[in-house]
Amino acid sequence: MIDENINILELCKKPSRFETVKRVSSEWSGMDYLGSIKCRISNSFRMKYKIEPGLYAVGEPNENSDVFASANYKLSFDILRKALKGLNAWILVLDTKGINVWCAAGKGTFGTQELVKQANKVKLNSILSHKRIIVPQLGAVGVNADEVFKKTGFRVYFGPVYAKDIKTYLNAGRKKTSEMRKIKFSMFDRIILTPREIIPAIFKFFIFAFVVLLFFGIQPKGILFKSAWYCGEPFLLLGLTSILAGSFITPVFLPFIPFRPFALKGWLIGMLLTMFLIFLFNFQEQKNILILVIEILFFPMASSYLSLQFTGSTTFTNMSGVKKELKIALPVYLISSVISVILLIIYKLHKLALI
Amino acid sequence: MRYIKNVASLKFFAEKCTNCLICIDVCPHGVFLLKNKKVEVSDKDLCMECGACALNCKYGAIFVNSGVGCASGIIKGMLTGGAPSCDCGGPSSTECC
Ligand code: SF4
Ligand code: SF4
Repeated sequence: MIDENINILELCKKPSRFETVKRVSSEWSGMDYLGSIKCRISNSFRMKYKIEPGLYAVGEPNENSDVFASANYKLSFDILRKALKGLNAWILVLDTKGINVWCAAGKGTFGTQELVKQANKVKLNSILSHKRIIVPQLGAVGVNADEVFKKTGFRVYFGPVYAKDIKTYLNAGRKKTSEMRKIKFSMFDRIILTPREIIPAIFKFFIFAFVVLLFFGIQPKGILFKSAWYCGEPFLLLGLTSILAGSFITPVFLPFIPFRPFALKGWLIGMLLTMFLIFLFNFQEQKNILILVIEILFFPMASSYLSLQFTGSTTFTNMSGVKKELKIALPVYLISSVISVILLIIYKLHKLALI
Repeated sequence: MRYIKNVASLKFFAEKCTNCLICIDVCPHGVFLLKNKKVEVSDKDLCMECGACALNCKYGAIFVNSGVGCASGIIKGMLTGGAPSCDCGGPSSTECC
């Protein structure tokens, strides 16, 4: 998938020795754009979106050109090569198992060891006459600059967080402003991260819908579709609403929703929407107090759970905080689910005139 | 954006610090600041426990219990008994390189 962008650059450092290096274009092809979109949507696609580790050339680099380290997640690589447009530079791709720099650095695959290994493997020493490697700042989570220096003699420069700042950074003599060091998390960032929350939630919703329809469908005369739909419909609508609340509205409007814990943010939005829907539709079955209690207990909670999942996509939540949230939230989720199920069973037995 | 108050495990030992400024260079949330020529922690609540500062501080002046701040990763860690780990694409936001 990358071959269309590659040709071979022949290096001739010493007349007796030729080296060949793959050269990539800094333009994106249609396929590259398509891939960048697919990565946001499909987990399985993203997991396989890799390129070969090793050294690549952009433009006409020589022994004085800068080297940028990158991950072998193709999107990370693509973003970097696009940002290097018009420059002559090297890209050293580490084997991060197809994962982006930050996540891989957290796991240690984008790390000191791998950087040293790739630098040795491509014989960076023999290609360059300088001793600098520019590593994306977020790579610092896994790369210990001092150790790389001790093992290879190369000095690690932590470049800007965002590839778009690379040129400014280079022009300033490899200096970052404090703005270039900061990771941002704009509303746009959050919006494009939501499909990854919504899609798995929809899959869970199908299971939920099946169980709900089956449950309400069960009648003395067998399973009746009409009663399944009549009684189940509000639950299905409310279920979809909690996905909207927890996986879309809460993430997108994150900073504007009161409370710091994600579980509370999600619960609040879930509660507001659930109430809104209940009053709006004024379903027949809600005249039943049991059903009303279940709805108010369960759906805001589902939204809360989904919002908590979004902590995995943010750039500012920390492990200690999420652990603290989970310690309280998980028992609450468990208890309210159990209560909801018990109430449902009571409701059903009552309907069937068994109690 | 700030997360829950007073939970971050970041510890800074000023007596070991040589003011080499590496931590300021690597922290993506501006947690460290240079004030009167000395490095200090400006706001611990901004820390996301990524661990970049502690890994790159040569002088052992920073401690942080680093890990992923990701609910499903932590739940997975609880279930398997291992360290929290995520296999999400992470914050691969717009143009993170
Ligand atoms: S990296 Fe360590 S020694 Fe250097 S300024 Fe930061 S805390 Fe001090
Ligand atoms: S752990 Fe990460 S976010 Fe926290 S202070 Fe260190 S570099 Fe900054």
